[in-house]
Amino acid sequence: MNNTKAIPSAKGNTHQHAMAGSRLPITSPKQRNRSRLQLTRWIGLGLFSFWLLVAMFGPLFAPYPMGAFVSDQIYGGASAAHLLGTDYMGRDMLSRILTGARYTVGLALVAALLSTLVGAGFGMLTVLLPHWLEESIRRIFDTLISIPSKMMALVMVSAFGTSIPLLILAAVLSYAPGSFRIAHSLAKNLATLEYVQVARTRGEGRLYIAAVEIFPNMIQPVLTDMGMRFVFIVLLLSGMSFLGLGVQPPVADLGSLVRENIGGLSQGALAVIAPALAIGSLTVGANLLIDSLSNSRDNQKE
Amino acid sequence: MQGESLTVRDLDIRATPPGEDERTIVSQINFALKPGEVMALIGESGSGKTTIALAMMGYARRGCRIAGGSVQLGETDILSLSAVDTRALRGHRVTYIAQSAAAAFNPSRRLMDQVIEGALIHGFLDRQQAQQKAIQLFGELALPDPEHIGNRYPHQVSGGQLQRLMAAMALITDPALVILDEPTTALDVTTQVDVLRAFKRVMRERGTTALYVSHDLAVVAQIADHVLVLQAGEEQEQGPIAQILEQPNHAYTRSLLAAARPEIRSSSPVSSSTGDELLRIDDLQVGYGHCNRRGEPENIVLDHIQLRIDRGQALGVIGESGSGKSTLARAVAGLVAPSRGEVQFNSRELSPTLRGRTADQFRRIQIVFQSADNALNPAHSVRRLLNRPLETYFQMSREARKRRVEELMDLVKLPRTLLDRKPSELSGGQKQRVNLARALAAEPDLILCDEVTSALDTVVGAAILELLAELRRELGVAYLFISHDISTVRSLCDDVMVLYQGECVEFGPCSTVLNQPQHDYTRKLIGSVPELKPGWLEACQWSTHTQPSTAPA
Repeated sequence: MNNTKAIPSAKGNTHQHAMAGSRLPITSPKQRNRSRLQLTRWIGLGLFSFWLLVAMFGPLFAPYPMGAFVSDQIYGGASAAHLLGTDYMGRDMLSRILTGARYTVGLALVAALLSTLVGAGFGMLTVLLPHWLEESIRRIFDTLISIPSKMMALVMVSAFGTSIPLLILAAVLSYAPGSFRIAHSLAKNLATLEYVQVARTRGEGRLYIAAVEIFPNMIQPVLTDMGMRFVFIVLLLSGMSFLGLGVQPPVADLGSLVRENIGGLSQGALAVIAPALAIGSLTVGANLLIDSLSNSRDNQKE
Repeated sequence: MQGESLTVRDLDIRATPPGEDERTIVSQINFALKPGEVMALIGESGSGKTTIALAMMGYARRGCRIAGGSVQLGETDILSLSAVDTRALRGHRVTYIAQSAAAAFNPSRRLMDQVIEGALIHGFLDRQQAQQKAIQLFGELALPDPEHIGNRYPHQVSGGQLQRLMAAMALITDPALVILDEPTTALDVTTQVDVLRAFKRVMRERGTTALYVSHDLAVVAQIADHVLVLQAGEEQEQGPIAQILEQPNHAYTRSLLAAARPEIRSSSPVSSSTGDELLRIDDLQVGYGHCNRRGEPENIVLDHIQLRIDRGQALGVIGESGSGKSTLARAVAGLVAPSRGEVQFNSRELSPTLRGRTADQFRRIQIVFQSADNALNPAHSVRRLLNRPLETYFQMSREARKRRVEELMDLVKLPRTLLDRKPSELSGGQKQRVNLARALAAEPDLILCDEVTSALDTVVGAAILELLAELRRELGVAYLFISHDISTVRSLCDDVMVLYQGECVEFGPCSTVLNQPQHDYTRKLIGSVPELKPGWLEACQWSTHTQPSTAPA
């Protein structure tokens, strides 16, 4: 994640060596200049990796099992025994969040990866395909993009019943087309550049050109796009869970934790505020990280 | 009406690149101009020419600051003005003519509105007066139909006309100082003559004080009174134009002069041609758009092209932009399919598209593009760039490839330490050498060179040309050398082909065609190249108004 970058070695230095065409920069490539890591990137990185770690190791640190009824008090406030209070059935909220984060982060991550893989993969390859094939693939993705994502997920769940693979499929179907559009327009511009034409006159195959000549030059915007899709998918899945159509009990993701405890909202219960804050900090963290990454890309181009 | 004097003392400009410490990019610049004089700032790219010119308006680009010194225009000390006063100065007393007029005009507004905008904003003239003045200026700048040209939009006039319209925009407020930043660099030589002539006349008549930024000594010789030679932000030499041209004191000035004088640069090319035919093109036609019933495309870019290149021979192709030069190279490379005609390579017919070509044909024809920035994949290291053709074309062990890559670096005279760098860490000249080395890795018979030196500074470009000539002697490769610059063709090629509007108007040995041109257009093309002596512009008889006929003489 930590993005270091190289700026062309100091141009001013080169002129002392201006001998007939061979101007040698004095600075060696080892002394590449590291960008100033902005504060927002550290905050974003911190929040995001915190939730990533929680998703991986959270259950190990959970003081109680997820479904255990541990307290007589419902919507209990913070106490030494229950740091984040208790939920509407007297279960430990901290344990439920530590365990539930896995579903939100994990599902969204898988779905975001898949959407990008499908979208960017097709986006890149279609540029090199014959024109009629490119057009027909584009039309298919355009059709998918015209269906609102929540609507599509709702229809799919009501038709087939909810399950984790189906939720992932719904997310991919909703978000891969957008990824395709972005990757396609990036690749389209890159494919007209001269180094791609040199590769074509060298007799290189389509797959080589896509993977070696085009892909490395669009990876950063594609990654940024994937980050954004991750955030959207977190919100989509949380929204589905909030409607009761997402991850089903006994397991719960962050969205369903908010829904379960919505009755405590009038009392200002920690049980509804804590998972909501969790979703917020996860998406804000991811957003900050993405923004700082794309900023550093702009600087690199300068 | 009169220009004012300009005095610059100890100008220092510093820049802070992102993530780096501040460093000086322009230091200790001193010069003085009397009213009505023209000073030229000359140097290669990155030497601080434009940075100094912009400082005359009290402006420094983002990341830069004017750290010290003074700029005195008439009675005004420009660098000590407040923001409001500076704003009143710009576009009124100091005006700017940029390199690319196409980018400087708003495409959605009429030319007249844009030309008089500055005068209206500063309340210098009312609309009626401004329009009258603009029309008068259009006439003085030799623009066609001065009464009505202002009603057109930027895309309805040619590049040279747009450049003159920008001059009208700059002169309408009767500025005390005009800054011209490479105003003719983007133009074809034939257009450049007209624009230079118009600029010169208007500036002389009005007694404008001007700062002319350029990398081209020959252009500067026509227009400037004084020259300031810059390198890496420092003054190398300063003096009247005649003295700089006749008795340059500084070694750098001499190298600039040498690079600008092709006849001094190298002896006539040694022909290593063996007489074996390598490439033959018969009646080639290339175009784009839908084909009509006879199989001819809507827009024909190239037509009736006939040529032959022998092994080890260099054929130059010259013509102005839009003449179809690059299309010719792309057709030979297989990137565009011709609509008619035949290309024979090595006595075998060459498939019009890439699909029908054999691996061996791919290897034998290599293409080198103008802009090394776009021709080298920024994500790959130099080693990887050179390795790939070896992997594709030859069965070599890893060790042998490594040795060959190092040989190639020696061949193009680059140190091996650059092998692990990315293209962005190389200078322009180094990039173009890597670009060449990649083509040479395939051990080709024919290299298609598309404007390989035009993006480079003159001194660096001259070194690349020398390298090309040397490679030809040593390796016996043939070149199809495309250029708009006659002197580069003259110094490298045996034969030359002159393209005009997609047709070949003259073809023959370089010495014959360039010394005794038969066709009007060739004569005009050759006559339009500025010479390194003051007064050439007045003596030059060519202008766009003398249109050559399309038919070959």
